[in-house]
Amino acid sequence: MADASMTRSAAMAGPRGAKPRKTLSPRNIMLYGTLIVVCLYYLLPLWVMVMTSLKGMPEVRLGNIFSPPVEFTFQPWVKAWKEACTGLNCDGLSRGFWNSVIITVPSVVLSIAIASVNGYALINWRFKGSDIFFTILIFGSFIPYQIMLYPIVILLREAGIYGTLWGLVIVHTIFGMPILTLLFRNYFSAIPEELFKAARVDGAGFWGIYFRIMLPMSLPIFVVALILQVTGIWNDFLFGVVFTKPDLYPMTVQLNNIVNSVQGVKEYNVNMAATLLTGLVPLVVYFVSGKLFVRGIAAGAVKG
Amino acid sequence: MAEARGRARWTRNISAKIAAIPMIATALVVFLGGTIWTVVYSFTNSKLLPKANFVGFDQYERLWATSRWTISIQNLMFYGVMSLVFTVVMGFILAVLMDQKIRHEDTFRTIMLYPFALSFIVTGLVWQWILNPQFGIQGVVRDWGWESFTFDPLNNPQTVLYGLLIAGLWQGTGFVMCLMLAGLRGIDEDIWKAARVDGIPTWKTYVVVIIPMMRAVFITTLVIVASGIIRLYDLVVAMTSGGPGGNASQVPAMYVYDYMFQAQNLGQGFAASTMMLLSVLIVLIPWAYLEFGGKKHG
Repeated sequence: MADASMTRSAAMAGPRGAKPRKTLSPRNIMLYGTLIVVCLYYLLPLWVMVMTSLKGMPEVRLGNIFSPPVEFTFQPWVKAWKEACTGLNCDGLSRGFWNSVIITVPSVVLSIAIASVNGYALINWRFKGSDIFFTILIFGSFIPYQIMLYPIVILLREAGIYGTLWGLVIVHTIFGMPILTLLFRNYFSAIPEELFKAARVDGAGFWGIYFRIMLPMSLPIFVVALILQVTGIWNDFLFGVVFTKPDLYPMTVQLNNIVNSVQGVKEYNVNMAATLLTGLVPLVVYFVSGKLFVRGIAAGAVKG
Repeated sequence: MAEARGRARWTRNISAKIAAIPMIATALVVFLGGTIWTVVYSFTNSKLLPKANFVGFDQYERLWATSRWTISIQNLMFYGVMSLVFTVVMGFILAVLMDQKIRHEDTFRTIMLYPFALSFIVTGLVWQWILNPQFGIQGVVRDWGWESFTFDPLNNPQTVLYGLLIAGLWQGTGFVMCLMLAGLRGIDEDIWKAARVDGIPTWKTYVVVIIPMMRAVFITTLVIVASGIIRLYDLVVAMTSGGPGGNASQVPAMYVYDYMFQAQNLGQGFAASTMMLLSVLIVLIPWAYLEFGGKKHG
């Protein structure tokens, strides 16, 4: 008893806890030193982005990119959001932001809905050939998109939705399908089959079981899929360029057009504010979701 | 009677089959059909619109006679090998460091992985700014008084690929580290105990015992990273647009895009994308064979 409280108070007193290892051993200095140096390399671009975006242009020209601003200004942020130009169009990055929002929301919803039903059908309602389709799907996820771009352009043109929002939503749904189907299939396969059988005996059908049993039991995997898709679709560049028209360009495309435009004086602080704004949505998703993000990307690596 | 039973078999699971239509359509029409369509039309002389006018291997001959394409392939090979070696080696070393029962593991991991949440466009633009010769690293060091210091990878055709590598590694190493860490955690504690009892030094245990045991993790990582590298596009667009000097950092995906959607020379675009497919299959088929060969299905 006394012993236990002793160790506990010792643990409270210092960060050393109950480990028998010395904190400042050469091994630990090497270990943490290396990790900290590596982390500085990883953090450097974020730091530079934030600092540059908070400086005025005169200070950017005179100062050094690593130093914090002497005079803080939010002007670059305002300008990037409202006035930055792409070609002749000077209504800022806000347009790209809202385009990305209206692209991402339906794409995420549709792709998750379809993929979760796929995964469910593949586990509980296997039919002849279902595994073959799944194998093609998984192989398709490794094939370079470039080879399927033009056929999809033709299909969308035939359907009359090439260049529209819905065309792009369908493209995102198609290319999100392999990884998401895999994700849901693996998750559903861990749900005990007895539950499914019991529901069948009670007379529940395909959709009844999906909505009343599978869906409520799988909320965590839906969150993982949500994280995966929001960041993935938000960060997309290629599909945005190929399948939409300039007034519907997502944020990444517009950002690239703003920063890499050849005309006019380069305003590096505005550019960095714009870059940071574009990275903000996935960064927020990442920092809020924490370990679930790791689970999502690891799911891509764990094969069925 | 037999017919009735046949129909009954077909209508079994009918809701499941209807629900799977999007998946079947994607697999058959888009993935399989689209790929075959592009391969077939790569043998035509389609220009602005696809035309079924077959010309044999003409497009491929022209493709390999174009210096922009051969440079793209060389660039991708160089970038790919460097990127694979560095991400896997660095990712593994970082994972080993993270696996030493360290404090604040979550913080370290969060920092190393956050670039992976960012798009290649954001990554490319940030590094373009840091590597800016006038204001970036070179400018800062020169301001400190080292006037002749030169570090301007993006504007020199000889070094531009290293510039891309710096950004690409920054974005992707954290991800490989996470995969490797998951692999390390999957190894039985008893292996470590046995190695300790036998008095094998830690580094030797990693090299002789742990790495061979993580073979599957390494292969999966290599396949994922490699198929990502072949798609390399956004990063180059954001950082260099293929330059400097016209095509010092061109990559195949860029060639495909330009010929398909800008130069209106579809045949070239199809031939180039077929070559990209071929290069993925060279990576993929041995892997699938190793992974699923012997077993019926994985």
